[in-house]
Amino acid sequence: MDFRFTPEEDAFRQEVRDWLKENLPEGRSGDRFSRTSDDNDANPIIYLEFAKALASNGWVAPHWPEEYGGKGLSVIQQLIFNEEMAYASAPIGYSMIGVGWAGPTIIVYGTDEQKKEHLSRITNAETMWCQGFSEPNAGSDLAALQTKAVRDGDDYVINGQKIWTSGAHYANWMILIARTDQEAPKHKGISYFLVDMSTPGIRTSPLIDMMGNHAFNEVFFEDVRIPRSALLGEENRGWYMATTTLDFERSSIGGAVGGQKLLEDLKAFVSETSFNGQPLKKDERVMRRLADCAVDVELGRILSYRVATLQARGQVPNYESSIAKLFNTEMQFQLGQAGMEIMGLYGQLETDSKWVHLEGRFQRQWMWQTGLKVGGGTTEIQKNIIAQRGLGMPRG
Amino acid sequence: MDLGLDEQQELLKNFARDFLEKECPETLVREMEEDEKGYSPDLWQKMAQQGWMGLIIPEDHGGTGMALCELVVLLEEFGRALVPGPFVPTVVLGGVPIMHAGTDEQKSELLPKIAAGDLIMTMALTEPSAKWTADGVQLEAKKDGNDYVLNGTKLFVQDGHVTDKMIVAARTGGSGEDGVTLFIVDSNSDGIGFEVLKTIAADKQSEVTFKNVKVAASAILGSEGKGWEIVEHTKRVATVAACAYLVGLSQMDFDVTLNYAKERVQFGRPIGSFQAIQHKLADAVIDVDGSRFITYKAAWSLQEGEPDADLMISMAKAWTSDASRRVVAHGQQIHGGIGFTKEYKIQLYFRRQKWMELMWGDADYHRELVADKLEV
Repeated sequence: MDFRFTPEEDAFRQEVRDWLKENLPEGRSGDRFSRTSDDNDANPIIYLEFAKALASNGWVAPHWPEEYGGKGLSVIQQLIFNEEMAYASAPIGYSMIGVGWAGPTIIVYGTDEQKKEHLSRITNAETMWCQGFSEPNAGSDLAALQTKAVRDGDDYVINGQKIWTSGAHYANWMILIARTDQEAPKHKGISYFLVDMSTPGIRTSPLIDMMGNHAFNEVFFEDVRIPRSALLGEENRGWYMATTTLDFERSSIGGAVGGQKLLEDLKAFVSETSFNGQPLKKDERVMRRLADCAVDVELGRILSYRVATLQARGQVPNYESSIAKLFNTEMQFQLGQAGMEIMGLYGQLETDSKWVHLEGRFQRQWMWQTGLKVGGGTTEIQKNIIAQRGLGMPRG
Repeated sequence: MDLGLDEQQELLKNFARDFLEKECPETLVREMEEDEKGYSPDLWQKMAQQGWMGLIIPEDHGGTGMALCELVVLLEEFGRALVPGPFVPTVVLGGVPIMHAGTDEQKSELLPKIAAGDLIMTMALTEPSAKWTADGVQLEAKKDGNDYVLNGTKLFVQDGHVTDKMIVAARTGGSGEDGVTLFIVDSNSDGIGFEVLKTIAADKQSEVTFKNVKVAASAILGSEGKGWEIVEHTKRVATVAACAYLVGLSQMDFDVTLNYAKERVQFGRPIGSFQAIQHKLADAVIDVDGSRFITYKAAWSLQEGEPDADLMISMAKAWTSDASRRVVAHGQQIHGGIGFTKEYKIQLYFRRQKWMELMWGDADYHRELVADKLEV
């Protein structure tokens, strides 16, 4: 029962912080109010430049084993690294899929050629990856995916459609799961491919979200011919490969930190603002709401740290990761809600309104969180996982 | 940074769990609800033999010299087993203030007896005004030569009627936090009357009346008029203790309920296979786990003297009070009709949850303290 980091861990945290201070792009110093108004701005220049800066410090994929260009960080060090990146709102989007998904799967299942072709390009921030998983008819029931990959001589021919593909409009490569066996039970007929996004027949179409952002895409495959070497691992084992994440920390600390930043913004806002001459900090209802938020933020971090504790002890988190993800996404949504309530009528204003408070950050968070509560495993699926895999409850 | 239990804590937990499963079964818990004293002297002695009363008492006063985190581990097991009786009042409401502010004589006289299980104590703090703040202390202590005379009423005094001594918070003057004096009073003193309150948890709280009760000046704990600081210190530990109890209670309520959901068959399948039930229990496990780890953080922060310990304690009590209420509510709901009966065990947890939710400040009370400490 120890909530203190070691001096070495504290020193590492300081090292990350110092580096961020030097290398964060303009306007993203992490200070409140100096962040760009839209943290989900998919500005490719900002992302690529930051990825290059990370690469020059060997920090694109510090979580990876050293032999693959990582730093072999311990679980706690990964936690600290991710926590500091999140707190600084560091624009790490360029490498996210490559580092978190493509790379680890290639490390575990790739041939020597595939490892040689892809891994160092990820750690050098030379390639950007996207994830072709979900389909219009395969969301929570991902295994129901229908995009086909049919063997034709030495190639596969892909036909179908993917949806919610973040960054597909900029990505060079895609990790794709597609059906290679139409007859087999759904989980057993899926294969995993590494697809060059410049292959003819791939068409990307923007999916604009309710805030007007272009982060997601639909990706259409019309007779896309890819070589046999694009197959990763064994045919029809793709479903089981799709959840490979090495020994990454799975604490959802980013979500916890997101909540903390919102809380800090809200505290500052309450501290400095009066409505009708009445200081918000003297309003009991506001302060009680703020207290609730503070408790939830603290709990979010504790639940994330708990996951890291398990992993640091060499255990594999089961439902504990689901709890952390669920709690932290719901918590941020509640925080967005709280901010808007405290602002009253001003809570409905858009970022570029001349009357808006806090650059509209709470409104945006409230809307954006609806996406995070369903992405990466909906809250309801997380609860099913907790109940069935965690608590051993019987399936229906 | 490791939020789990260390080896010593793990041993203590496992031992305590097995011990209490055997020595404090459901039958004893139910028996003590109707019992006049509300605790089993036999169990009391057995616990004393394990060194539990002296767990956090220093070794040179007959204890084991462990720390608050270890006590929290033990108290979670007490909550799980619904251990009845004056353990927490004695160890926390009696022992802690004496360790904090007692003279050498007071410590030497009283702590070893507590550790040995030979002295049962509590603190008489709250009055009919039901406040946790110093202005709630109105019981009068009037100076009379070398003595003081106490007059007034205390209410919600835990296990008062079975104690040998009580630490009584009285007002010798002033107002608010200034002028509160603590007296170590023999419970069988002339003029003290006990009436046990009927509570839904069937724990034994008393109305304690003081009519011209004479106490010597030497009975003062700390110094005259400066007692509130000792109360605050004790409240910190007592609040963490209440959280620990709630964690154990809600974990057990959850365990029983989960088991029931897997076994109870309706519509040709276990009710635990229905998503509505699964989601309630997923919510409940988040509440239980959250309560546990925020309680650990509060205990650790207090033990280590962290600057934000008070904030952590209030966060823990606020969260755990609400979370445990949600858990036992699901416990009742998932059991359906049988949960409503006296005969089935789940109601034992439901009723006691409310008691500990309210003790030492409920969620609203502590949320306000969190708000105050937010530095806004």
